[in-house]
Amino acid sequence: MSSIIVTKSSDETREFAVKFAAGLKGGEVIALVGELGAGKTLFVQGLAAGFHISRKYYVNSPTFTILNIYEGGKMPIYHFDWYRLGSENECLDIGLEEYFDGKGVSVIEWADKFPKLLPEKTVWIKIDVEGEKKRRITVS
Amino acid sequence: MLVLGIESSCDETAVAIIKTPKTVLADIVASQNELHAPFGGVVPEIASRRHMENIVPLLNAALKKAGCTIDDIGGIAVTRAPGLIGALLVGVSFAKALSYAKQKPLIGINHLEGHLNAAHLEYDDISYPHIGLVVSGGHTSLYLVKEFGNYKLLGATRDDAAGEAFDKVAKLLGLGYPGGPAIDKIAPSGDPKSFKFARPKLNRGSRFEISELDFSFSGIKTEVMLKIKKMGGSLSKNDIINIAASFQYTVVDIISNQILKACVKYSCFDCVVSGGVAANSLLRKSLAKVCSENKLRLFLPSLSYCTDNASMIAFVGAKRLEAGLSDNFGIKACANEEIGVI
Repeated sequence: MSSIIVTKSSDETREFAVKFAAGLKGGEVIALVGELGAGKTLFVQGLAAGFHISRKYYVNSPTFTILNIYEGGKMPIYHFDWYRLGSENECLDIGLEEYFDGKGVSVIEWADKFPKLLPEKTVWIKIDVEGEKKRRITVS
Repeated sequence: MLVLGIESSCDETAVAIIKTPKTVLADIVASQNELHAPFGGVVPEIASRRHMENIVPLLNAALKKAGCTIDDIGGIAVTRAPGLIGALLVGVSFAKALSYAKQKPLIGINHLEGHLNAAHLEYDDISYPHIGLVVSGGHTSLYLVKEFGNYKLLGATRDDAAGEAFDKVAKLLGLGYPGGPAIDKIAPSGDPKSFKFARPKLNRGSRFEISELDFSFSGIKTEVMLKIKKMGGSLSKNDIINIAASFQYTVVDIISNQILKACVKYSCFDCVVSGGVAANSLLRKSLAKVCSENKLRLFLPSLSYCTDNASMIAFVGAKRLEAGLSDNFGIKACANEEIGVI
């Protein structure tokens, strides 16, 4: 089952993520898909706001750091970014399973690079660029 | 005292030995050319395994270069946060084992604090308080450095780090990796005013607002993406050069302005800029201009101390060890840890 929503600004995209966060219970794996500039990191900022993670935490892109962990909210967010990773083995080196089975929510940017590594329970969120500010978000 | 520094927070494994207060006797990074042969052409890799393979040969090479043995070392400083947990663990576990086996004091260091203090390796007269910026692929963070060890985070990137934005825009423009040097190289032949990119809106009052000393580069990246789309996806060589020039100009302008703003707000006359993006030639030029116009002193470490290195870790560690501080084996590698968050 999938649902589609269209947002007309970056704030609307974040607000959607805030609402989406309310339905999360822990242990979920969220795969984020979308081109450069689509708003994947933005979506995670919304999740963090939804979890009431302190604004002292900078929820920014983990492209270089590969994994950011935000604690202190409703539950931890494990924020991955596979943009720079070259192989499934490199992903596994990070200790993926530990996080996937952890009490927090795992969110993975560029998850479509290595779909085989994702568990069956994964929720896929695809962000398509429809216009300058317009985005179509498909949850499946 | 000789202090060993170990850094393995991300791509690079690095080992350094300094003689206190700050004479660098050896500073080796695994991807450096001098070690190219024994490692069979190491490319930066995040795999912890690679750090594990590197660390012992690196230590031996550093000891050899410094002309000492492990018994001459008076203390061990290791990066314990922030970074990739698996990568950090290699350095931290190795440092603990070495400390235990050789009965040497151990001290864990925050990588960002290392960057903030890297300039001291080469300059003697940086005054306190000063403004410090760490600008790299993974970080863009602005600090008030009140004194050694006393930092206040003034702002940081809310999305992409500056170096990351360079890499991603270079990718959009088909310029290859690493993107920073690629854009730096072609930008001078373009017109930096040919494309206008919107500046991030600071303090715009939304619940996601960013503060006046924060950074945001993802909006500019998105604009580049949209502009390329609008142009039908096929760019002339001229377009590529002009977009690169305009992008670089905007990013450099934002960084220079934020540093100036921070210096004015906190009445600082010295500023220190460190991290891989500090190698960008336009940024160096722009900072030099802004600082001279505003009677500020600018301190930029040499390139090898701007990028990830272990000398900066050894330097910070040495200051702590000399002050009688040390850690026990309870120290842990930690993926996320800002400094100066009050």
